[in-house]
Amino acid sequence: MTQPVIKARGLVKRYGKVTALDHCDFDLMPGEIVAVIGDNGAGKSSLIKAISGAVSIDAGTIELEGKPISFSSPLEAQDAGIATVYQTLALSPALSIVDNMFMGREIRKEGIAGSVFRALDHAKMREIAREKLSELGLMTIQNIDQPVETLSGGQRQGVAVARAAAFGSKVIILDEPTAALGVKESRRVLELILDVRSRGIPIILISHNMPHVFEVADKIHIHRLGKRLCVIDPKEYSMSDAVAFMTGAKLPEGAVEAA
Amino acid sequence: MSDTTQPTRKGQEFEQTLDASDKTVASFEHESRGFVDRLQHALHSNPTLVPVIVLIGAVAVFGLIAGGKFFSAFNLSLIIQQVSIIGILAAAQSLIVLTAGIDLSVAAIMVLMAVIAGNLSVYMGVPPVLGLLASFVGGTAAGLMNGLLVTRVKLPPFITTLGTWSIFYALNLWLSGAQSIRSQDIDANASILKFFGNNIALGGARITYGSILMVAVFAVLWYMLNKTAWGRHVYAIGDDKDSAELAGIRTDRTLLSVYALSGFVCAIAAWASIGRVGSISPQAFYEGNLQSITAVVIGGISLFGGRGSIMGALFGALIVGVFQSGLRLAGVDVLWQVFAIGWLIIFAVAIDQWIRKVSA
Repeated sequence: MTQPVIKARGLVKRYGKVTALDHCDFDLMPGEIVAVIGDNGAGKSSLIKAISGAVSIDAGTIELEGKPISFSSPLEAQDAGIATVYQTLALSPALSIVDNMFMGREIRKEGIAGSVFRALDHAKMREIAREKLSELGLMTIQNIDQPVETLSGGQRQGVAVARAAAFGSKVIILDEPTAALGVKESRRVLELILDVRSRGIPIILISHNMPHVFEVADKIHIHRLGKRLCVIDPKEYSMSDAVAFMTGAKLPEGAVEAA
Repeated sequence: MSDTTQPTRKGQEFEQTLDASDKTVASFEHESRGFVDRLQHALHSNPTLVPVIVLIGAVAVFGLIAGGKFFSAFNLSLIIQQVSIIGILAAAQSLIVLTAGIDLSVAAIMVLMAVIAGNLSVYMGVPPVLGLLASFVGGTAAGLMNGLLVTRVKLPPFITTLGTWSIFYALNLWLSGAQSIRSQDIDANASILKFFGNNIALGGARITYGSILMVAVFAVLWYMLNKTAWGRHVYAIGDDKDSAELAGIRTDRTLLSVYALSGFVCAIAAWASIGRVGSISPQAFYEGNLQSITAVVIGGISLFGGRGSIMGALFGALIVGVFQSGLRLAGVDVLWQVFAIGWLIIFAVAIDQWIRKVSA
């Protein structure tokens, strides 16, 4: 079997008396979309935050491509190649698409202009941004200097995903990418997700939308009471099975991997 | 995983009707756009237009009312000279306002640093250059103190600088003994402190070095804010600090640098103010804090952060200067000048709110 991109074992996270993660495991294989579903309070967010570096875990190990990792901030995780698209998207509405895509990783001009005067290479950044956006089929956005606040919800999601996919990411975590979108825009974003996977970047998808999860996910990680209950193949189970497992109404049998 | 190359799946059943759906995107009827609409949109994409238009309008109107007296090269250069100190303070203020903060202590830092430079150079026999150096270090440290209180202790900028305003003012009275340093004493011991009071005569115009300094300060800060990554980060923080943090910007570090730089610019203003006033008075510029905010607001920089150009603050300061000069030359009482500035502030903020209502 090939090596997992992300392999987490025995993660524990406590908030005071509350145990959010109770010896939880997680696996992500190359090129696959793993959806994480679970009831409210099951610990999905804590799991994702542990992987994306937003919270530090109390016990357990996380490996990225076989190497143990421990992050103290989302920035470190980003540098290591784990990019997260938050539900809030983390875009600056008044700044342009280019400025947003390169936020925190701007390109400076070469020579003295860049090293001494720290001048930005706007032309180069524009060119790369345009390239990345059209790779993902997002060039319906005509003017890449337009402020993000003038874009629709789906376009904003697109810019955020493009930013995550653009900079050598090994894993992209998408937190509720379709939660605030209409039917048409959700469709565009789902296609975008499949498009990113076809580029070989594995994706962790957190969503409450069962139809969307069952449509795009290769595996579904069901989270219950702070640990992995099971991992199922969406082709072999129905949505009602998944909901039953997730809420504890039914126990899984013969899941792809046992807890 | 074998299905990674599969073409995009057909989507869900209820989505099949989408193909037949209306593909036109909701849009407004552009023909019906009147002049006011187009103006609103133009202003939205370029907020600095407002102060520019007001400035040109004010110059034209006062030129008509007061005639040649107003339009003389001497008077126009005098206006620039008069606004130079508040202008530099407004530049420092703009940096803070762009991060969605406000700094009530800029003028207090400036006067304190002028007193420190003066005391060291004039009374204590320190070489004037070192006295100035001390004021630059001190100004940066004072700004850094504001920044640390905002980022580490997590106090709102308004409260922080309300406190440090009093603290710096008290320190200034203590160090100066509430006494001014006389112009002759400065000339005798440390004439370099008055360097920015020198001027170049150009026809009838008297362009002081202080006026040139003000323009230079704005030019450098404009470059930093618009052409460097640091500047983009400042705007992003003012826009939405949490988003900026998640996008990978070290927001607290950037904020600290903004406050320290603002303090440094206040120290520059201190040096310029000695040249402008001639003496060093601990009581001078007591209203400077609020006047700098006035210039920033009239200049179209949003108090909510992240929007507006620092050049707006320069135009804002000039607008105030033009109003004061024009009304004075037209023989209007000082109290009506203050009255007019008050309306100008309200007008500027009302325009800002109006512009915000458009979505591109």
